[in-house]
Amino acid sequence: MSTKSFSAQTLWRVLLYVTLAIGAVFFLAPLYVMLVTSFKDADEIRQNSLVSLPGALNFEAWRLAWDSACTGAQCSGLEPFFWNSVWMAVPAVLISTTWGALNGYVLSLWKFRGSETLFALLLFGVFMPFQVVLLPMSQVLGWLGLSSSIGGLILVHLLAGLPSTTLFFRNYYAGIPKDLMNAARMDGAGFWMIFFRIIVPMSTPIVMVTLIWQFTQIWNDFLFGVAFSGADSKPITVGLNNLANTTSSVKAYNVDMAAALIAGLPTMLVYVLAGRYFVRGLTAGAVKG
Amino acid sequence: MSSALKISGIRKCFGKGDNTVEVLKRIDIDVAPGEFLILVGPSGCGKSTLLNIIAGLEEPTEGSISIGDKPVVGVPPAQRDIAMVFQSYALYPTMSVAENIGFALEIRKVPKAERQARIAEVAAMLQIEHLLDRRPSQLSGGQRQRVAMGRALARNPQLFLFDEPLSNLDAKLRVEMRAEIKRLHQLSGITSVYVTHDQVEAMTLGSRIAVMKGGVLQQLGTPDEIYNRPANTYVATFIGSPTMNLVQGHALHAANGDACFDIAGAQLALTAPSHAGHATLLGLRPEHLSFDDAAPWRGVVNLVEPTGADTFVVVDTAAGKVTVRTAPQTQVRPGDHVGLGVQAEHITWFDQASGLRVA
Repeated sequence: MSTKSFSAQTLWRVLLYVTLAIGAVFFLAPLYVMLVTSFKDADEIRQNSLVSLPGALNFEAWRLAWDSACTGAQCSGLEPFFWNSVWMAVPAVLISTTWGALNGYVLSLWKFRGSETLFALLLFGVFMPFQVVLLPMSQVLGWLGLSSSIGGLILVHLLAGLPSTTLFFRNYYAGIPKDLMNAARMDGAGFWMIFFRIIVPMSTPIVMVTLIWQFTQIWNDFLFGVAFSGADSKPITVGLNNLANTTSSVKAYNVDMAAALIAGLPTMLVYVLAGRYFVRGLTAGAVKG
Repeated sequence: MSSALKISGIRKCFGKGDNTVEVLKRIDIDVAPGEFLILVGPSGCGKSTLLNIIAGLEEPTEGSISIGDKPVVGVPPAQRDIAMVFQSYALYPTMSVAENIGFALEIRKVPKAERQARIAEVAAMLQIEHLLDRRPSQLSGGQRQRVAMGRALARNPQLFLFDEPLSNLDAKLRVEMRAEIKRLHQLSGITSVYVTHDQVEAMTLGSRIAVMKGGVLQQLGTPDEIYNRPANTYVATFIGSPTMNLVQGHALHAANGDACFDIAGAQLALTAPSHAGHATLLGLRPEHLSFDDAAPWRGVVNLVEPTGADTFVVVDTAAGKVTVRTAPQTQVRPGDHVGLGVQAEHITWFDQASGLRVA
């Protein structure tokens, strides 16, 4: 009786793991193909199958993708685009996270008449398709003198990200007991003192979530990048697109793959480094007691 | 003598127009220096709102509050020279125990050496010296409660406010901390206002008790007054466990012309303080009832509840259920027919219609 149920259980387990393994292979296969292709040279790509391993670790394609592949008429690889993306993403992520924390702090812990309505309106921003704002935004950037600049992209990403960052922090802070605020007020702490001394130190998990979220959104954005950047301020997603679309006699799959990996590496890295906070931050409420 | 805290004509309304709810209806309380005032009542009676108004966390709709003769309505909480202990402890989770206790002093720019001396002093008073470096999450409920009190004590305020501080503790710890609070109050002599819904806490801690219901102060008095001379049937039944027996009857003149009190046909030789025929409630605590086979008031035992020190016996009578406190050695069993003797000098009389005590 017990052995029978045991073997049934084992069978179930095996089935489960096989299913999971198939799923994992399915999702990891493209990454594998990209990775092996990026280390092959043109001959290997032509002669061997898609999944075969490269003869040697050949970084030539990576070098080309980084500093000399052609993106349209210009042939300096992804490097300038990469740095554009860094200069765009880092400030936009930091400012939108900080500002979102402040918004969330006010909206959940310093409620005022109409603060719920304001929050509801802000939520529209989370669900609004960004195509809707392209034209008015480009007009505004023109008025501000920020057209086709990294500054303009930072502003756009900041505004586009604020509803989400505000939502994250607002919901996280909604779990903070009212008594904690009252205790701080009785102790004599004011708005900023409470924020910096009590609230911010409690916010590590949600800060991590917001940083990862915002960085991924902004780094991977293509729409704003293609619409609002100038010749010198194109982000890496636009650079990658141009690189892959630049036609030459032979399609350099290895360079395309290396370029795509370069473009995707920072977000992967951020997730690997801070990912454990991501799940924790999404599931954990504010600290009790 | 001047008062440490003077609450005058406090009203508090929430909402607007037709939806206005008046949660406090003109509360007046004067608290003398060093007093331990309890605000007690069921949930929704307005006791916590009143405490928040004293604290400055809410503003009254009408009326005034003075702390040490200084009017404080409109003054921010931090400038009222008060400290508060919260039900949920409300410790700062990312600060150590020492930082929690010293935070208010730090904000008030007390020099570091003085601050540390004060933290050490308070920690010694509460026997939490060994916990100073820990985070609140590493503490037990009782320890957190001590830290919360330490945080309040460190400020050495004019007035202590407690908002149901023991509600989150288990029964044993609650008794322990109750004694601790009493000890600290005797030690510091700081005027305190303590909100609770627990009538045992109210009786054991308070030098005076304010019983509230529906935003109205029902009675303000010493524990003895509240227990033995309740102002109305509400106070009579709220304070005391098991609750006071209230029995309806009529004052009559017996056949021989003596005054007597008729309880559902049983005539007790009692003089009720009302004219004949008027409906009156007789209030009697369980300890003032006893079994007396010769008594005219009779009933059947319904339930016997031993609690260790006492046994409570619930008796069904023609006038309703009454509870009798008796010794644990009692021989009565459910179903027994018993007579109920009353200690006439302990009777409290209430007017049936208004519920107010008449004698």
